[in-house]
Amino acid sequence: MIHFVILISRQGKVRLTKWYSPYQQKERATAIRELSSLILTRGPKLCNFVEWKGYKAVYRRYASLYFCMCVDQDDNELEILEIIHHFVEILDRYFGSVCELDLIFNFHKAYYILDEILIAGELQESSKKIVARLIAAQDTMVETAKAEAGSVSNMIAQTM
Amino acid sequence: MEQLKTIGRELAMGSQGGAWAGQSKEFLDLVKSIGEARSKAEEDRIILLEIETLRRRIAEPDVPRRRMKDYIIRLVYAEMLGHDASFGYIHAVKMTHDDSLALKRTGYLAVTLFLSDDHDLIILIINTIQKDLRSDNYLIVCAALTAACKLINEETIPAVLPQVVDLLAHPKEAVRKKAVMALHRFYQRSPSSVSHLISNFRKKLCDNDPGVMGASLYPLFDFITEDVNSYKDLVTSFVSVLKQVAERKLPKTYDYHQMPAPFIQIKLLKILALLGSGDKQTSGHIYNVLSDIFRKCETSSNIGNAVLYECICCVSSIYPNAKLMDSAIEATSKFLKSDSHNLKYMGIDSLGRLIKINPDIAEEHQLAVIDCLEDPDDTLKRKTFELLYKMTKSSNVEVIVDRMIDYMISINDNHYKTEIASRCVALAEQFAPSNQWFIQTMNKVFEHAGDLVNVRVAHNLMRLISEGFGEDDEGADSQLRSSAVDSYLRILGEPKLPSLFLQVICWVLGEYGTADGKYAVSYIIGKLCDVTEAHLCNDTVKAYAISAIMKICAFEIAAGRKVEMLPECQSFIDELSASHSTDLQQRAYELQALLSLDSQAVGSVLPLDASCEDIEVDKELSFLNNFVQQSIEMGANPYLPESEQLGMSGVSNFRSPYQQEASSHTLRFEAYELPKPSSIPVIPQASVLTQTRDLVPVPGTTYYRENNLGSKLPTGPEASSADVGIKLRLDGVQKKWGKPTYSSSSSGATSAEKTTNGIGAHQDGIRSQSRDTVYDSRRQQPEVSAEKQRLAASLFSSSASKTEKKPTSGQRMPKGSDANAEKSSVARSVSPGNSEVKTAAPDLLDFGEPVPISAPTIDPFKELEGLIGPAQAVIDNSITTSGVQAPDLMATLYMDTPPSGSRSSSSGLVSEGVYSTDKGSHTAKPTPAVKKGPNLQDALGKDATVRQVGVTPTGNNPNLFRDLLG
Repeated sequence: MIHFVILISRQGKVRLTKWYSPYQQKERATAIRELSSLILTRGPKLCNFVEWKGYKAVYRRYASLYFCMCVDQDDNELEILEIIHHFVEILDRYFGSVCELDLIFNFHKAYYILDEILIAGELQESSKKIVARLIAAQDTMVETAKAEAGSVSNMIAQTM
Repeated sequence: MEQLKTIGRELAMGSQGGAWAGQSKEFLDLVKSIGEARSKAEEDRIILLEIETLRRRIAEPDVPRRRMKDYIIRLVYAEMLGHDASFGYIHAVKMTHDDSLALKRTGYLAVTLFLSDDHDLIILIINTIQKDLRSDNYLIVCAALTAACKLINEETIPAVLPQVVDLLAHPKEAVRKKAVMALHRFYQRSPSSVSHLISNFRKKLCDNDPGVMGASLYPLFDFITEDVNSYKDLVTSFVSVLKQVAERKLPKTYDYHQMPAPFIQIKLLKILALLGSGDKQTSGHIYNVLSDIFRKCETSSNIGNAVLYECICCVSSIYPNAKLMDSAIEATSKFLKSDSHNLKYMGIDSLGRLIKINPDIAEEHQLAVIDCLEDPDDTLKRKTFELLYKMTKSSNVEVIVDRMIDYMISINDNHYKTEIASRCVALAEQFAPSNQWFIQTMNKVFEHAGDLVNVRVAHNLMRLISEGFGEDDEGADSQLRSSAVDSYLRILGEPKLPSLFLQVICWVLGEYGTADGKYAVSYIIGKLCDVTEAHLCNDTVKAYAISAIMKICAFEIAAGRKVEMLPECQSFIDELSASHSTDLQQRAYELQALLSLDSQAVGSVLPLDASCEDIEVDKELSFLNNFVQQSIEMGANPYLPESEQLGMSGVSNFRSPYQQEASSHTLRFEAYELPKPSSIPVIPQASVLTQTRDLVPVPGTTYYRENNLGSKLPTGPEASSADVGIKLRLDGVQKKWGKPTYSSSSSGATSAEKTTNGIGAHQDGIRSQSRDTVYDSRRQQPEVSAEKQRLAASLFSSSASKTEKKPTSGQRMPKGSDANAEKSSVARSVSPGNSEVKTAAPDLLDFGEPVPISAPTIDPFKELEGLIGPAQAVIDNSITTSGVQAPDLMATLYMDTPPSGSRSSSSGLVSEGVYSTDKGSHTAKPTPAVKKGPNLQDALGKDATVRQVGVTPTGNNPNLFRDLLG
């Protein structure tokens, strides 16, 4: 099971965090601090896995951004590595060659996408197309809702 | 950083890209300023300021809903950066009630990020979730299901369960899938709530949609882990699904890097591994499909290797099949020979699984394993230690444990240190070739990780020293003890020792410090006093130290010699007499009282070397009958059992707390119940002379008795008089204490595990110098790279040649390693009795270790020489998949292209170019890896072009990029 997902920049700035197991705010801060110091200092040729407090952190670097997932000891590391890549490919498709800034300014959209890929710490959908379709459907719903909200009647209803 | 600045400038110029047009100016400003922050402190300041603003704004009346959405997103951002935004939680909760999907989604997103499943606000969301699960709009249902996965806890499962179950039949596959996953989550939270739904999950396995089918594998996996036998009937279904997946019967959209639905394959393989484990018949069904997958797996892509690894796991778990084992071994050796650290890591892991079935295969890969062990990559190193741990036998335990300890000393990570320390202990306990070695190893572990190991380990060590090897050989026992004493006296010179280790040292010195007559009493006592001064030690160590001093004094007195108190010892006793700890005070006073006793009494109080004696407990306290009789004759009240006391008087009411509860109006006057026995220091001596002088079972004494197994009860009244220190009533003492039922100090700690043996083996006084030499030679084990082969030989050495030696010498001598050879020869020359001793301790030595007869009797060095050749040839045989290297390449891409709003195709995290590269390399796969290896120059050249052009070319199929490169 995936316990949490964190995205950190090379400077150690947090770009996204998602916790599937219960962690207190303090534990989260330590986890991020410890893992970023572990991961950011690793050389490029080394394993993409580190052991951390009885768990395994699988990470992958894309440009200046590190994607990191913390999993159980008995999980298949290579699979997790590909789940990360799966996520990145979907982000890439959605944003059109994604870059760090897309994720910074649209971090809530990245969350929505992550919610379609992982649920309760497990991979829920391995088809990129289906994920993309769902996200698109949500976006159009939001757009239409927005258009409706813009209409006069709605504005009146809102102030009521 | 630079990129962020650029974008900051762009933003300032007002040219906001379309992609993030949805956000407010304020949010963009916030993100921008965070991006420009130069330090964590500055970032914190900005966020705190932002939180203050939001706190004010959010509390304003009539915030428009769209504005509120913006606030919530900013709060999420603040929380993500590790700040507390709890004041806004309620607004996020309110937002989930909104009708508009956009706001509702934001609300759900925020609450799933903000709240844990035990948060008080959850109760306010349940109703909304219930309503949304019934919505006509499937997207709203999806959002609610996602939230339910995160927020619903054990108590609230019943509130939503029926609706989620209904959703299993929803027309939209996305909803069905999420419903399955939600139920899986509920199962994890509270297995009983979902257990009646197992048939539903079985049905979902046959769902038309592959996504739903894939999702149903997760709960099924959990169920099967719990109870394998109820699901054997599903094996054929799983196998057929896997077969179909492998034969590309699933829709194309599930393909991932040319592999058909690899994630589903992996999950299915995990399930089959569980089902086939130890079941020959079931495994028979699996063989075919497994060998199919082995054949079809792409070893050039990462995901292919992931599936391959899962196959290996499956093979190692199910009933062994020779053909599949061969495939698995072949795949493993490919992993090990790979250049990629990731694959090496997986290879080591696979090897660890396969050697459980066939231990011989490790030998083939010894050099690869040694390489991994010496790799600078910590992850790989640790994985290799894990492998070594699994393949430890009594023939290689010394080398492996030495290595582990060296590594343990070199790291700072306490978590891993604990783990590796406990592994060392486990191996040493299981495979120790000699007790001497065991003690040395334990000493090292204690010295460097003493505070991290389990207390039990310390007790085991003490027990081992006191019990010795076994029944007959007293000489060897005492030799062992004196060598332990020697080593501890030396170790005490070290500046900093963990408290647990000090306890062991004190105990051993107290018990055996003077036993062989080598050290003077005053010397040992002086050392013990030094312990408490030199090391900042806690009360427990002090207690151990004073008990040890007491024992030594007692031995001296019992032997009829006079004990002269050293001034430092006297001041130590004085210090403890005034200690805040009553336990320490007690001990100090006991010691003083003991000094004034005559030799006979002392001999019975603390008999020599009686730590292993069994203690017989006289539960009836029959020996007190006389005393009771006397007292009654002198006019004392007869004792009434507690049950009879209840009705008696007001005073007896105070005694029993249970009675109080019956008449609960009255105040409780007595003190609270004493803490549980575990809170008492383990040191048993405290109680030796501590027994209460009152025979009425007041609550204070009862727990004491339990704790000490009632063993010291007999000493009750006499002890009390000693305590008071007036005059000792020695009449009757001899009779009661004379029995060898008395335990000296270790009994409390380890008495439960003790057996009766090893009586009085203390004064043989055989001095051995062997330990010293051994210790030194171990320390300077050279780490030259030329040693690698020797190391390999000692780790993997074919056990056949070794077994021939065993019967003659009775020694386990890891050949090849100089230090060890020297050591054991020294040990042999000094202690001729050792070999018999070893046979006598079956619990520590594993003579029953299976010796593979088929193992070749060739000289391991020759084998190694043979191996080196191919191994070097193989090194170039890299499997350089572009998939694996993609990150680096992309990194270079990203660095070299100016980040701009124009978004050229190459500025992405994943450029299209890389995708097609992947595909290219896969389609052009037939060119074997051998070709790639040698032209390192080419590769470098390519790399250079990559940097110039900003696109990843591939050696295999450059045509793809012809148009791009122009």
